Amino acid sequence: MSCELAHTRLHAYIDGELDANGSADFNQHLRACPTCAAALGEQEKVRQALQQSRLYSRAPAGLKLRIEESLPGPRAKTTVGIGFWRWLAVAATVLIVAVLTWRQLGPDERKPYDQAAVVAAVDAHLRSLQPGHLVDVQSTDQHTVKPWFDGKLDFAPPVHDLAANDFPLLGGRLDVIGGRTVAALVYGRRKHFISVFVEKSAPSSSWSGSGETQGYHWTAWSKDGFNFCAVSDVSAPDLDELKQIFLLSQ
Amino acid sequence: MPPDAPTDVLSQNDRSRFEAIVMPHLDAAYNLSRWLLGGRSEAEDVTQDAILRAYRFFNTFHSGDARAWLLQIVRNCCYTWLKKNRNWVDVDELDDASVPREEQTPETLAISVNDRERLTRALEQLSPHFREILVLRELEGCSYKEIAAITSRPMGTIMSALARARQQLRALLTEPVTREARLEL
Repeated sequence: MSCELAHTRLHAYIDGELDANGSADFNQHLRACPTCAAALGEQEKVRQALQQSRLYSRAPAGLKLRIEESLPGPRAKTTVGIGFWRWLAVAATVLIVAVLTWRQLGPDERKPYDQAAVVAAVDAHLRSLQPGHLVDVQSTDQHTVKPWFDGKLDFAPPVHDLAANDFPLLGGRLDVIGGRTVAALVYGRRKHFISVFVEKSAPSSSWSGSGETQGYHWTAWSKDGFNFCAVSDVSAPDLDELKQIFLLSQ
Repeated sequence: MPPDAPTDVLSQNDRSRFEAIVMPHLDAAYNLSRWLLGGRSEAEDVTQDAILRAYRFFNTFHSGDARAWLLQIVRNCCYTWLKKNRNWVDVDELDDASVPREEQTPETLAISVNDRERLTRALEQLSPHFREILVLRELEGCSYKEIAAITSRPMGTIMSALARARQQLRALLTEPVTREARLEL
């Protein structure tokens, strides 16, 4: 590979957009060419600075509500008789009280979710990324994946192929979280994997909340007697979208 | 009525789908508007317009990547706004597929993580098309394929455009002192 070519490819290499052969060729060139290696180092520095400097502007609080109010047509929730501003004032008050209460609670009482379960779920997802551990049953067909769990669990997890929503089903496996055997459904999103852990909810346990642990996003919810926890390195909105699709599907 | 004509009002069912599939990408929509337009209130207004537009054309979205679909609309709204309010003239500089050679500069790049202000200033000096492509790639984490879909450009253009955008940014970050001194004169 010439320097000229490597120079253009360098960016596809940084972005993980070269195929295996392209990467191998590029790596070979790098070993022989200190100029290109230095250029790569510089670009990596810029990229790291961009990604780790809190440059992302999230939508301000209130914008979502304002937009949902402005969309014409019937809403899922009705706010009859309460003007928008009053509604907002009530929402703001609730938020302030919630934040104050939250702050007054000690770290031990601050448990919006089962922390141990989340850490275990993230660990289980990480283990699954080891070569050969992603799925026990590899299939994009929900009618193959669902029966595979028969006899392995004391419940039948809901399995949907969500390829139409850009979350193709890739397969399933068994995992152990908090000493309980759970189903793990594996979905794809672009080049990333998502584990959706499913367990039968018990009166003592329900999973909820969302957050980031060890660089992985997770979000948890409960529906129809099941607890769900999705873990992945995709963005938080992507995971939220998956959760909403699960909540809407029958 | 043709199936893909805009609708003013979605059924309750479609509205629930809209809120479930499109609204989670509100942050992405706002972030892109903010970087393209600069100001907070402009970004809020244009984001709101774009989402209303997405709502009206939701029946043209059948399946696929909702974020890319929404960002495509957001981007168009931002450029319309810039043309109307900032007399911005859209010159497509990204079509040039050549990548100029990296200049060897004696100074090494002095940039660290959390140098937020300097990075912001440098990004703001780039033209909107170059800034947009960096925001989509580095902040939003879009793949080349997604950036191509959002910006309606061929995949091949994305790589060279990113290369040029990064080179420009790097140049802006390597000579901050001279640049500022020049501005003060």
